[in-house]
Amino acid sequence: MKQLLILSGKGGTGKTTVAGAFIRLSEAKAYADCDVDAPNLHLVTAQAREPKRTAYYGLPKAEIDADRCVRCGRCEEACRFQAISAAEFKVDPFACEGCGVCELVCPVLAISLKPAQAGKLMLYREGDRVFSTAELKMGSGTSGMLVTEVKKQMVEASQEGVQLAIVDGSPGIGCPVIASLSGVDMVLIVAEPSISGISDMDRIIKTAQRFRTKIGVCSNKYDTNLANTQKIESFCAERGLPFVGRIPFDSEAVKAVNRGQTVVDVPCSSGSAVREIFRETLKLLFPEGVGVSPGA
Amino acid sequence: MRNKSPKIAVLSGKGGTGKTLVSVNLASVAGESLYIDCDVEEPNGHLFFKPERVCEEGITVKVPEVNEDLCGGCRKCADFCKFHAIAFIKDKPYVFEELCHSCGGCALICPDQAIDERERVVGRVQRGISGGVRVSTGVLNTGEASGIPIIKRLLEPHGLQEGLPVFIDCPPGSACAVMESLQGADFCLLVGEPTLFGVHNLRMVHDLVRLFGKPEGVVLNKCLAEENPAELFCLEKNIPILGRIQFDNELGKLNSDGRIAARERPRFRKLFASLLEEVMKEVGHETAAHTQR
Repeated sequence: MKQLLILSGKGGTGKTTVAGAFIRLSEAKAYADCDVDAPNLHLVTAQAREPKRTAYYGLPKAEIDADRCVRCGRCEEACRFQAISAAEFKVDPFACEGCGVCELVCPVLAISLKPAQAGKLMLYREGDRVFSTAELKMGSGTSGMLVTEVKKQMVEASQEGVQLAIVDGSPGIGCPVIASLSGVDMVLIVAEPSISGISDMDRIIKTAQRFRTKIGVCSNKYDTNLANTQKIESFCAERGLPFVGRIPFDSEAVKAVNRGQTVVDVPCSSGSAVREIFRETLKLLFPEGVGVSPGA
Repeated sequence: MRNKSPKIAVLSGKGGTGKTLVSVNLASVAGESLYIDCDVEEPNGHLFFKPERVCEEGITVKVPEVNEDLCGGCRKCADFCKFHAIAFIKDKPYVFEELCHSCGGCALICPDQAIDERERVVGRVQRGISGGVRVSTGVLNTGEASGIPIIKRLLEPHGLQEGLPVFIDCPPGSACAVMESLQGADFCLLVGEPTLFGVHNLRMVHDLVRLFGKPEGVVLNKCLAEENPAELFCLEKNIPILGRIQFDNELGKLNSDGRIAARERPRFRKLFASLLEEVMKEVGHETAAHTQR
């Protein structure tokens, strides 16, 4: 199974819009939403059945047993995350990273690490199709490990012989993005023709290149700033990165998404452009040819 | 009493709704102010302000360094590390620096005192000036996992100028980097857009802001004539709507070219000045109510 990951660096450039359309066009049998702290893919890929929900436990959090605590202050001194207040000898669960240093230094064994639920994993199944997604519990912090779980769940649940998996990523370049990049066969970057969008595209490409995966770039809302679209295309040409297409600004796209549809469910200019980009992307991902339907 | 130098965190959940547009323009119309870009993974505010007299400071974290001559090979460090940042390969400890959270546990637990810590650069903070606005930007190096140490440095109280309003441009999402950015804020300004995606993520970030007990208000961006799902959400949750920015091609074009609309066009200056006034009114009201509580 080859994995195609959609990224952008900057948020709001159209990752989920493109991912949703690709899932529809390929009739994908395996797909996932790795944007666990702002997931949206489920909103445009209607699911008939309830998902299987699994509680996700991140790293444990420290807890101080007040009866045993002798208030020596060693835990507070050793904690690098300022998670222990000396006034009350209580652990701030938002700041605690679960490293266990306080437990190690406590002379009276008053501290223990307790499991903490950090979110939930959801797995939707319909026939031979699987959709893996998750939601981070608000206030629980790091999302990279949950992203790894989402991808693992997708791979484990999908059937043998599935050729293509589509993964919607998160904005930025940090831990959730790095976690989503591991093991993918190609990254499609959705760039926006703005000064911010170009700067962010540059940084996400540098990040993705460390993983030595194939990279393709498309530009969304290309006609809102033609000069900047031109800059995106020359940027790709200079670096030898395939540029796979332009998507026009299209108010029909917003309307479709607000109805829970993808842009290829309705006749519109952005939908036609995305179909073309999908065909180009498949050619890059499967240079030897493939049994995946390239869409109508 | 009205707070003359409130710290206002600008958030949205979903990316691309206009956090940078709002915070850059509010800081510009505020005159003397401080703009802090906490979106260290993809910082963009500096592209608008083009600050001058920029000073740069490297940001480092501590990572373990093993002295192999002292290491007895007991593996306690690798067993202790919750982040799997130390592994034994051919009986020798190997440090995966990108996975390290700098907790210092390995050095503490090592019975041979074979582990020291050294500083490793993960990014930088740049401070400059643009008109009356002091611009602070955090930049995470590509390939690094966590920008938290950079955000912490950006928001250190002694780095803030007394008496100036502070606009904190937050990262998208609602995970650790967002929590770190809004922690010290007096007020959270949420930027909503009229899409299903926008509202879904606005709801998540609203829950996060509530969890931290911060007062909040919303500015609705990219408003169209049609019914606005973000507005309905605010009404349902009783969140004050402090301003509306109409969908506007000229504003979009200026913004995509990295220009500050409020500095370029009187009509946008007026728009953001009245938004600033509403925000400051709400902040004054809310922070006063908060201290009374």
